[in-house]
Amino acid sequence: MKAMKTLIAAVVAVCASSAFAQDLLIQGATVYTATDKGTLSNTDVLIRDGKIHSIGSGLDAGGAVRVDANGRALTPGMFAGLTAIGVEEVSLEETANDAALGLGAPAYQMQWRPEFDVTSAYNARSVLVPVTRVEGMTWTVLTPTTSRAGNFLAGQGAAVTLDGRQDAVLEGSRSLFVNLGGQMNSVSGGSRAAQWMLLEQAVHETRNRITGDKTLMHPLARAAFARYLAGGRVVFYVDRAGDIVKTISFAKRYGIKPVIAGGAEAWVVADQLAEAQVPVIIDALGNLPNSFDQIGARLDNAALLHKAGVKLTFTLFEDGSHNARKVRQVAGNAVAHGMPKEAAIKALTADAADIFGLGATRGRIAVGQVADLVLWSGDPLEVTSFAENVWIAGRAIEMRSRQLELRDRYLQRLKQSLSN
Amino acid sequence: MQPARLRGASRRQAMIPLLGFVLSACAAAPQSQAPAPEATSATAPATPAPYTSTYQAPASPPTLIRGATILTGTGTRIDNGDVLIVDGKIADVGTGLSAPADARVIEANGRWVTPGLIDVHSHLGVYPSPDVTAHSDGNEMVDPVTAQAWAEHAVWPQDPGFQAALEGGITTLQILPGSGNLIGGRGVTLKNVHATTAQGMKFPGAPHGLKMACGENPKRVYGSKGQAPMTRMGNVAGYRQAFADAQAYREEWDKYRRELAEYEKKQKSAAGKKDEDSKPPVPPKRNLQAETLVGAMEGEILVHIHCYRADEMANMIDVAREFGFRISAFHHAVEGYKIADMLARNGICGAEWADWWGFKMEAFDGVMENLALTDMPPGSCAIVHSDSAEGIQRLNQEAAKAMARGVRMGLDIPREHAIKWLTLNPARALGIDALTGSLENGKMADVVIWNGDPFSVYALAEQVFIDGALVFDRAKPPAEPASDFLLGQHQTH
Repeated sequence: MKAMKTLIAAVVAVCASSAFAQDLLIQGATVYTATDKGTLSNTDVLIRDGKIHSIGSGLDAGGAVRVDANGRALTPGMFAGLTAIGVEEVSLEETANDAALGLGAPAYQMQWRPEFDVTSAYNARSVLVPVTRVEGMTWTVLTPTTSRAGNFLAGQGAAVTLDGRQDAVLEGSRSLFVNLGGQMNSVSGGSRAAQWMLLEQAVHETRNRITGDKTLMHPLARAAFARYLAGGRVVFYVDRAGDIVKTISFAKRYGIKPVIAGGAEAWVVADQLAEAQVPVIIDALGNLPNSFDQIGARLDNAALLHKAGVKLTFTLFEDGSHNARKVRQVAGNAVAHGMPKEAAIKALTADAADIFGLGATRGRIAVGQVADLVLWSGDPLEVTSFAENVWIAGRAIEMRSRQLELRDRYLQRLKQSLSN
Repeated sequence: MQPARLRGASRRQAMIPLLGFVLSACAAAPQSQAPAPEATSATAPATPAPYTSTYQAPASPPTLIRGATILTGTGTRIDNGDVLIVDGKIADVGTGLSAPADARVIEANGRWVTPGLIDVHSHLGVYPSPDVTAHSDGNEMVDPVTAQAWAEHAVWPQDPGFQAALEGGITTLQILPGSGNLIGGRGVTLKNVHATTAQGMKFPGAPHGLKMACGENPKRVYGSKGQAPMTRMGNVAGYRQAFADAQAYREEWDKYRRELAEYEKKQKSAAGKKDEDSKPPVPPKRNLQAETLVGAMEGEILVHIHCYRADEMANMIDVAREFGFRISAFHHAVEGYKIADMLARNGICGAEWADWWGFKMEAFDGVMENLALTDMPPGSCAIVHSDSAEGIQRLNQEAAKAMARGVRMGLDIPREHAIKWLTLNPARALGIDALTGSLENGKMADVVIWNGDPFSVYALAEQVFIDGALVFDRAKPPAEPASDFLLGQHQTH
């Protein structure tokens, strides 16, 4: 048994090294660094051992694989948003969707399970993984959702790389997800006030180690929750300006590192968010008052938040797993409504990485960063451009997906049928 | 954007779309579908007058838009071109046009001009914002066949989504019932003008649509209640029985009309003498459900079918053949690319998303090249649709994505062609292509001026005209929201 383990370790080591065996030199790109250096024209990037080795002009690298960018845009691999890629294959099929926990306990017996970790359900062989990464999105944050039979405290998630490895969670990105507001009334006894009441109860139980039949959490659950009270990252889904302010002060009171997701009315309290250094994850296409929590939704939300100095990134809140590739279009629309383009690209790369604790290793084109890179056919945010080459940790991704297989099958059949 | 925080709560799923059908498209089209209805057979009672449009185009000055890149909607691009609008109609399109003395002249150098965009699939007003229980008016899910229900009777004109869509260049849209039922009811085509009543928005002279739905939605809605349909077999049986009943109803009216004619003839031939024994025939009791279906079989109501899978679309073509109705458009048609030649041959439009997929099993085979492949055969009719309060605000971006994917695949799809997917083709599917959908002399002056190439994520509609009236001007945004719901809610602090 021990021998077997050693053998496996050896094979893994060989595979890993062979994947990075050859250096890669991308020549003459327009490099969106997502750093203070901004955008560099006609620049080379050398990748060695899966990392960015050097950036400059006229780089030489002996036997490196060379890719002539010919002025095309090179960006860090983009953030696919908050999704359940690899977790929900078909949203409406119970056997093909693991995104939400719903134990169905009645409200008076509410059971919180913050130890529910949706990343345990991740399937690296999901067809959504190639569909997403061939579009230039190289990582996502797996996000648990709230089931009608579950809780507004949805559980934990984390960032995963979309390179196809099963053990895909990126260290340091683990987060707890709490959904607040009117949409959660049906799972919080009918009132958003009860959401705060229950959160306070959870804090009390955790701090004072309360046990018994009437508690929200059993000991393991409490232990999981305790980690977040000790400076852990909690993503609060919340739209209404007043609820956002309340979230900021709750997090401050209990030593939580908050992230606001949703944030339809975040622009209203942009200065408070900036001052408290609370980042925001928005869907910049949301401008309609879909609920009474989103009355102030507007298309320049991103521009206003950016102007106020709030760190932000983008996601899709409607069917965001299958359509994660649309996040680029979301960012483009933020630009159309006033956000600077470089800032929007940075939001989808460096800022997203920073928000989830990955900024030291990912999200930028800088020496020493993991080489998650995308070479674009045109403007990286433009709807008519697309990813031409994608590298994850320096390895070229095969630009195929089930959708492209279907396309090619039927393009051939259609051509044949039309020529008859 | 509606957060899909609750499992399976996507708005698109909630509003399963239905079937549709275009008069003009059918007239031009297919041998394999049912023959065109005979002009004489108007057997169902006509739509009663109270439901007619009260919309009247406001007076507008003659307008010359000068020096723009024009996509006419007919497949033509004119660089440095002009559009002249007089009396709310397109008066001329070309280069070097001169303006009448009293004309408003808009210098549009560097800007692009297109026909007003048309969405064949919207639920604005029937599933409005805010998305509260009291506003859920799109699916009468108490019976799989509710052909008697009309979307226009649930349209809430204060839905803020109408103004948002206008700012995205939408000038005409069809509001459909949802897809929870096999036959959901009648759709209504609206001018995207602000009005206090739905009648004030109705597109004058546009035919009704009939919404039908294939696949998962109806069988899930009713199957989960333990009633029919529970399967796709049950779905098809349901459509067939409904149309068979409508045929019987039509025959009752035919019989009545024959008897009435005979009676009247007799009364005349009796020449002065009263025939005391002869009584006029009694008309059949009106059946509102059957009236709608007869209207569809007569070609007066255009059939729009929500249908994802290729095999189910083929089945629906058979159903249409059995009962002699024409299908104007398959909506969503996520697998339209698998039968693009069949759709074109049958003169059926494919109204599709650029890239939406996977949220349910019947959407699992979605590809980003669907629209481009649907467009490929000669005689095809590809349409970009939204089915979404978000998507309808940027149909131009959806078209741009689809066009770019087609070009990448090696197809030649210039902008002047792709613009038809959201202008002339949807007009054809709605039976209003003689009135709007392109910049041609005599058509309604439904026009958008874009601040740049509309096939760009950065493009914004700068000015929108409906019947020649400037209804949106980005440089002079309205001081107050159009929707009563939003009035007094917008806080700036």
